[in-house]
Amino acid sequence: MNIFKLSIKNIISKPLSSLLSLTLLVFGIGIISLLLQLNSLIKTQMDNNLKGIDMVVGAKGSPLQLILSAVYHIDSPTGNISVEDAKKIKNNRMVGSSIDLLYGDNYKGYRIVGTDDEFLDLYDAKIKDGRKWEDPFEVVVGSKIHSKFDLKLDDELMSSHGLRETGEAHGDQLFKIVGLLEPSNSVIDQLIVTSPESIWDLHAEHDHSGEEHDDEHDHEHDDEHDHEHDDEHDHEHDDEHDHEHDDEHDHEHDDEEITAMLIKFQNPMNIIQFPRQINEETNLQAAVPSYEISRLFKLFGFGIETLTYLAYLIIVVSAFSLFINLFNSMRDRKYEMALIRTLGSSRRQLSFMIIFESLILTTVGFLIGLLVSRLGVMFVSSLMEESLNYNLNSFGILNEELWLLILSIFIGLISSIIPALQVYNLNISEVLGDE
Amino acid sequence: MIKTEALKFNYNNQVSFNFPDISLNKNENLLIIGSSGIGKTTLLHLLAGLLQSNSGSINLYGQDISKLTQHQIDKFRGQNIGIVFQKPHFVNSLTVKENLQLAQYLGNKKDDSRIVDILSSLDILDKENKNPKKLSQGEKQRASIAMAIVNSPKLILADEPTSSLDDENCERVIKLLKKQASDFNAQLIVITHDNRLKKHFKKTIKL
Repeated sequence: MNIFKLSIKNIISKPLSSLLSLTLLVFGIGIISLLLQLNSLIKTQMDNNLKGIDMVVGAKGSPLQLILSAVYHIDSPTGNISVEDAKKIKNNRMVGSSIDLLYGDNYKGYRIVGTDDEFLDLYDAKIKDGRKWEDPFEVVVGSKIHSKFDLKLDDELMSSHGLRETGEAHGDQLFKIVGLLEPSNSVIDQLIVTSPESIWDLHAEHDHSGEEHDDEHDHEHDDEHDHEHDDEHDHEHDDEHDHEHDDEHDHEHDDEEITAMLIKFQNPMNIIQFPRQINEETNLQAAVPSYEISRLFKLFGFGIETLTYLAYLIIVVSAFSLFINLFNSMRDRKYEMALIRTLGSSRRQLSFMIIFESLILTTVGFLIGLLVSRLGVMFVSSLMEESLNYNLNSFGILNEELWLLILSIFIGLISSIIPALQVYNLNISEVLGDE
Repeated sequence: MIKTEALKFNYNNQVSFNFPDISLNKNENLLIIGSSGIGKTTLLHLLAGLLQSNSGSINLYGQDISKLTQHQIDKFRGQNIGIVFQKPHFVNSLTVKENLQLAQYLGNKKDDSRIVDILSSLDILDKENKNPKKLSQGEKQRASIAMAIVNSPKLILADEPTSSLDDENCERVIKLLKKQASDFNAQLIVITHDNRLKKHFKKTIKL
């Protein structure tokens, strides 16, 4: 038996009131830690996928939408651009390398991307089984998809039109799996990759069954009718329905289109001038991912900040509730304290007993809070996976969370200071004489 | 050896107590008797070092405890003095055995076999893992005696140990206290207003 064990026994002997004074702390710590975790996970996830992409070029529209669709594969594309226009950009001497992206179909909600070999290198994706695609309609499948649907080499996939699961099925043409990717912890895990020709061929056959002829014309005549052009695009982005059909364009092979282009500059300095040049001088849109993402973070940073303040407020209230709990239990146990003193405990030992009790409670509160936040991350992750086919995974401890531990210890100290002082100055003779 | 001289204690200048000198040889027990409000508990607290006297000296086994610091007195008390209170009190989050272990820890005397000895001599060994709240009144009283003697104190101070008991139990408790004191080589000082105890002590001081 020692003072520390005595503190633990004291806590265990009144589980309900201990739990009560913990609850608020757990909430406060849990919320802050959850926000920190989500913020950091989303940021790393976003940064991970941003590597090697200095600029994205696509059809005019919202720059954020362009980034979200072409880099993160979570929003609908802004539209298509002609291969010819894309070529002009590629040939600019400021461009170091570029990767074409072409969308059109999905497999059970997972996007099928027509692209170049370099796309795999961009994410350091390694082929676990099989080989890269060569002929049209050969695909390589990201790790999350093949493990989720238990896909094997040589399996054939029936794709659906558009980027959502509900699209019309392309029953007459199947994709054949020739390669399975290793997990890379980037967006490519949730993509099916093929050659651009596959998408072109697929939609060339399908072309005239398309009903949305209005949309198709928007893009074809962009150059000639600058005046109309703005209106048309506004219209496009208001109407969500359009997006599903954006890619359903006329694909005769002399007039091919791609959805977007990922560009790495020759010289990073070009990031200032080149995107502006494209936006001003061409009918294409250039967006800089790092800039758009920091803008996005600023937008929901406000919400995060408000929630964080709320959580800190909860922690302050928890400190108060812990203090009241200790203070009351001190009064209830006054005689016990006096008894412990008569048994030979020094005043300091007795004060430490109170401080230990408080510290043990707040440390346990911190740990439970961390646990709660991890459960929260798992929950949010499963939500994101359901709605965006996007998942977050990593449960490490953040530096900021170590600060939360220090904060918890601090809360434990300040809420126990007054009760500990009271015990220190306890007049045992008076207490014992009072019985 | 216990010796007090010219002990004096004031409560906020209004009530003041002057205590007769006490002189006890080794193995001598003492009964201090007096009616309520005459400072019995104050004297016991002075002897136990729970209160500091205003003047006079208390010499316990060669140590003048009025010259010790608070911390030193606490340690001295933990090692040399056992106190039996009028009402038994325990640390309620601990079992009987853990209470005794706590007393040993605070008195720097860890010895589990002694706990077993004491509990069996008091006939409550089967209650060692019970919470003290769950004991009967008599068992509580015996357990509180165990708390007082677990560190083999040289001196056992008992504050009104029998005042709320009927004759039969009064007899039983005082005999038990005397027996435990002599079995474990301790001196016993009982402070009470209970005249029934007079016959059990050779040496008595009336306040």
